[in-house]
Amino acid sequence: MLTFDDLLVFVQKHCSHGEAVADVNATPKAVKLPAADLLNVCHALHQDPSTYFDSLSCVTGIDNGPEAGTMEVAYNLYSIPFGYHLMLKVAVPREKPEVDSVTGIWKAANWHEREVFDMFGIVVKGHPDLRRILMPADWEGHPLRKDYKQQEYYRNIKVEY
Amino acid sequence: MKGLLDQRFENGGFIITKMEDLINWARLSSMFPMTFGIACCAIEFMSTGTTVYDMDRFGMAPRSSPRQSDVMIVAGTVTFKMADRIKRLYEQMAEPRYVISMGSCSNCGGPYWQHGYHVVKGVDRIVPVDIYVPGCPPRPEALIGGFLKLQEKIRSESLVAPKAIEKLMQQEHANV
Amino acid sequence: MPTDQIQYKNHPGSLLQSEPNKLRVEDLRSEEMIINLGPQHPSTHGVIRLEVLMDGEIVREVVPHIGYLHRCFEKHAENLPFNQIIPFVDRLDYVAAMNCEHVYAMGVERMLGITDQIPKRVEYARVLMAELNRIASHFIAIGTYGMDIGAFTPFFWIMRDREHILRLLEWASGARLLYNYMWIGGLFYDLPVGFEEKCAEFIRYIKPKLKELESILIDNKIFINRTANVGVLPLDLAINCGVTGPMLRASGLRFDLRKVDAYSIYPELDFNIPIGEGRVGSVGDCWDRTWVRMQEIHESVKMVEQCLQKLTGDHKRTRDFDPQALVPKKIRPKAQDFYIRGETPKGELGFFFRTDGRNDIPFRCKGRSCSFVNLSVLPEIAKGVLIADLIAIIGTIDVVMGEVDR
Repeated sequence: MLTFDDLLVFVQKHCSHGEAVADVNATPKAVKLPAADLLNVCHALHQDPSTYFDSLSCVTGIDNGPEAGTMEVAYNLYSIPFGYHLMLKVAVPREKPEVDSVTGIWKAANWHEREVFDMFGIVVKGHPDLRRILMPADWEGHPLRKDYKQQEYYRNIKVEY
Repeated sequence: MKGLLDQRFENGGFIITKMEDLINWARLSSMFPMTFGIACCAIEFMSTGTTVYDMDRFGMAPRSSPRQSDVMIVAGTVTFKMADRIKRLYEQMAEPRYVISMGSCSNCGGPYWQHGYHVVKGVDRIVPVDIYVPGCPPRPEALIGGFLKLQEKIRSESLVAPKAIEKLMQQEHANV
Repeated sequence: MPTDQIQYKNHPGSLLQSEPNKLRVEDLRSEEMIINLGPQHPSTHGVIRLEVLMDGEIVREVVPHIGYLHRCFEKHAENLPFNQIIPFVDRLDYVAAMNCEHVYAMGVERMLGITDQIPKRVEYARVLMAELNRIASHFIAIGTYGMDIGAFTPFFWIMRDREHILRLLEWASGARLLYNYMWIGGLFYDLPVGFEEKCAEFIRYIKPKLKELESILIDNKIFINRTANVGVLPLDLAINCGVTGPMLRASGLRFDLRKVDAYSIYPELDFNIPIGEGRVGSVGDCWDRTWVRMQEIHESVKMVEQCLQKLTGDHKRTRDFDPQALVPKKIRPKAQDFYIRGETPKGELGFFFRTDGRNDIPFRCKGRSCSFVNLSVLPEIAKGVLIADLIAIIGTIDVVMGEVDR
């Protein structure tokens, strides 16, 4: 039975581009890691027989606003045989937001990552089919960014009430 | 036991009525709505159509194709992505056609009026609406009430345009 | 008919601009064609559009297009206080609104740290409502599925029986479909006087009806021939795609968050988790998924009975009981990231909250909806089936578009 500290050490072991930091305030407890290491860590967490995170519950994009200048992507992992929860968080700069796709590891990530792209404009590198998923293809802007201004007209219909 | 019409017309009877009333009566007694649900209201539309509320009492049977239907019930939130489709469905219906806007969302945007960047604030910005049914979602009784209102509207309509009759009369006068 | 306020302007190719096909005509082989299914289609259960690449009768590829009911839930959640989000949570999965509310209220209560103080009577009432609504939701799933593949009668029977549940829920909450009944820290109102008796009466009524339903639909030979061995979802694919709920259980894994996470008062209730056994075909086919839903109705009926027993026994109504006593005046959780999940009729409903500790408004609230993830498995299992079987597969996924698009 691994504790969160064991998982933290496990993640740190697979980080080569920077340090992985724990966020014990979060529920489930989270690990913040550099974006460059995400794919590596996820692959290890999925493959290692002692962790075996076989299911990806949720991928959440978060925009911290123009003042903070960062965006985050949070991954909620769950291991069905062991019952471990883990949250991974990566921060990306707001000017050029890019994360690696984990679709190759969990197919569940496919639509979640498309949604992150659609809502925040975070480009998911290596995604097999990166298109808008919820909004129309010719919509302007990414709606869940904190500085989003909705367009005035779409097909000549007023967008505001 | 004989039915009402049998009792009345047993020995061969007449009904004297206006052509227009007869046609309107036929039209309002067999309105075919399109099975077209978008959101929560569609579930109430389903309730209206089935066992307990039994829409068939009013001569309404849902049709799956816009070509065969007279009434479009916009049951649910209309989004911008859906707007093109709704317009196209409306245009595919044959005249005379009617639109019932069911529920707050399609009336005016409903609870999504303020922050709903992707919600059209009222389907009447896309297609002309005849009847608005309020509620979120409206009860089946409310939808039936909407149908009855629409029947009233059809009853008072005229298929023959009055202008044409006037013209005809004038011509006849001139001929005489 | 006021026509002057119509603002919409169509121009040629507007459909191609707003929702272009993924497949291109140039890439097709000479005998292949692209069929467009939906968004207005009687058997797609809402406004989903499928772009289907056909080779004669055989489906080569399915590309789902969603977003026709994107109602900006997350934007609303970022602009409204926690208690005002509940009505929008209702409108996520509108056929099982109570279950969504339950998960949401539970999540915020855990963030505030008041979970242990919630009175038992409130929790039992919540689970009673949630399970009643689960029955109603599975009724819709099974009934409309029957209709999709040609059996009309079960649908009418189910709508008749479902009406009784709706009337019970309306009696308690005041609304037929979207309730806003479970508040953070309590309930909108205690159960009305006489509710328990009426509910017990309903349970007595429904039990023989369920048997009838099983014999007319589930055990029907035509139904079995139509659904057995169709749309088989292997377990490893299901887990990898994040599928949850009855779909995952039909593939043979005994995984139910009510047992696994043991939230609310579910550990005190006695119920089984049915899994797909491949009785008439292979494990994880369409018949299994429908059968699992049917068995879950039986389990929910059992749970409702147990809740009623507690609500009239240990935790019975008292004159001075106030279900709103613990409802916080100001809901301001400390700054944190929080992920909560719970079992709704379709699977795992999760909410991701980020709070900043200074506001009554969440900084970010994401709904992880089960239908969204369950639907994403459709292109995988619909390869190489006949077009009629594609309809059969969509029906068993039990999508509610409000939840897919949010």
